[in-house]
Amino acid sequence: MAAKRKTPVKTRNPDLVRGVGKYSRSKMYHKRGLWAIKAKNGGVFPRHDPKPKSPATAEKPPKFYPAEDVKKPLLNKRKPKPTKLRASITPGTVLILLAGRFMGKRVVFLKQLTSGLLLVTGPFKINGVPLRRVNQSYVIATSTKVDISGVNVEKFDDKYFSKEDKKKLPEEKKENQKAVDAALIKSIEGVPDLKAYLAARFSLKSGMKPHELVF
Amino acid sequence: MPFKRYVEIGRVALVNYGKDYGKLVVIVDVVDQNRALVDAPDMVRGQMNFKRLTLTDITIDIPRVPKKKTLIEAMEKADVKNKWENSSWGRKLIVQKRRASLNDFDRFKLMLAKIKRAGVVRQELSKLKKDTSS
Repeated sequence: MAAKRKTPVKTRNPDLVRGVGKYSRSKMYHKRGLWAIKAKNGGVFPRHDPKPKSPATAEKPPKFYPAEDVKKPLLNKRKPKPTKLRASITPGTVLILLAGRFMGKRVVFLKQLTSGLLLVTGPFKINGVPLRRVNQSYVIATSTKVDISGVNVEKFDDKYFSKEDKKKLPEEKKENQKAVDAALIKSIEGVPDLKAYLAARFSLKSGMKPHELVF
Repeated sequence: MPFKRYVEIGRVALVNYGKDYGKLVVIVDVVDQNRALVDAPDMVRGQMNFKRLTLTDITIDIPRVPKKKTLIEAMEKADVKNKWENSSWGRKLIVQKRRASLNDFDRFKLMLAKIKRAGVVRQELSKLKKDTSS
């Protein structure tokens, strides 16, 4: 393959109508500069001889042939797309967790990790949910938003959550939790009742119809 | 038990079915036994089956099939909007709409307010009980 240009060139021959270019064959010959290439090469268009092929090493016949023809599986070039984040989930949204140990808890959404999972925190002091990853499908997004501008979540990624030492929670993780929560708790306390709201669990009561509820 | 609300030209009705659900419309003409020509300031004049309408107490003074401008003026003169919003039926609908649009945080705050109010009521009640028993 010839070296690719850094930016693709616009066509030298714009379409007047589909199928009809602006410039004629002779004009295009001139525009492409084929006359200059020929001039540099002494009136003849340069021709490169095909590169000599290196002699292929003689393949030894295999010792073993399978009894039936073995089919080669088809090549799969599929690249999975990054998980689409629902439009209702933005940094600072209060989410309701629907499954797992913290089911029913209302937590604050921080950011979406590269694996597609959502990084979420209680904050820990308010409802006992630590910095945690959660799947978008097990979450209801409410329309309540918390101001998250004072929080730095750059350093958290999927590797942070890999579990090597299952026994003890390292001090560093506790410090990280405290740092993230400090700024969050301040902005939460600015809104009346929001702290109690996050501390309470969500549950369906009699008469509540989930398909009619506005979250 | 006679009827009090009649279908007449100028009767304001509430649409209870279909695309215009919940809207107030004015009957501007009667098409036949089952259908009325109906109009409102923000919709195109069209026919509606009476079954889709619930009559209200409000009527306005209009000629048969008035122009949109005349209709709007007559509605302003009769002050349909305020009469409706102050009537107990209209107020109930407004409250229903508000309750349906509460978000999860609002429902939580509502619960706190209800508990607080119940606490105040219970305190007063216990005071009264003490007064009567003593």
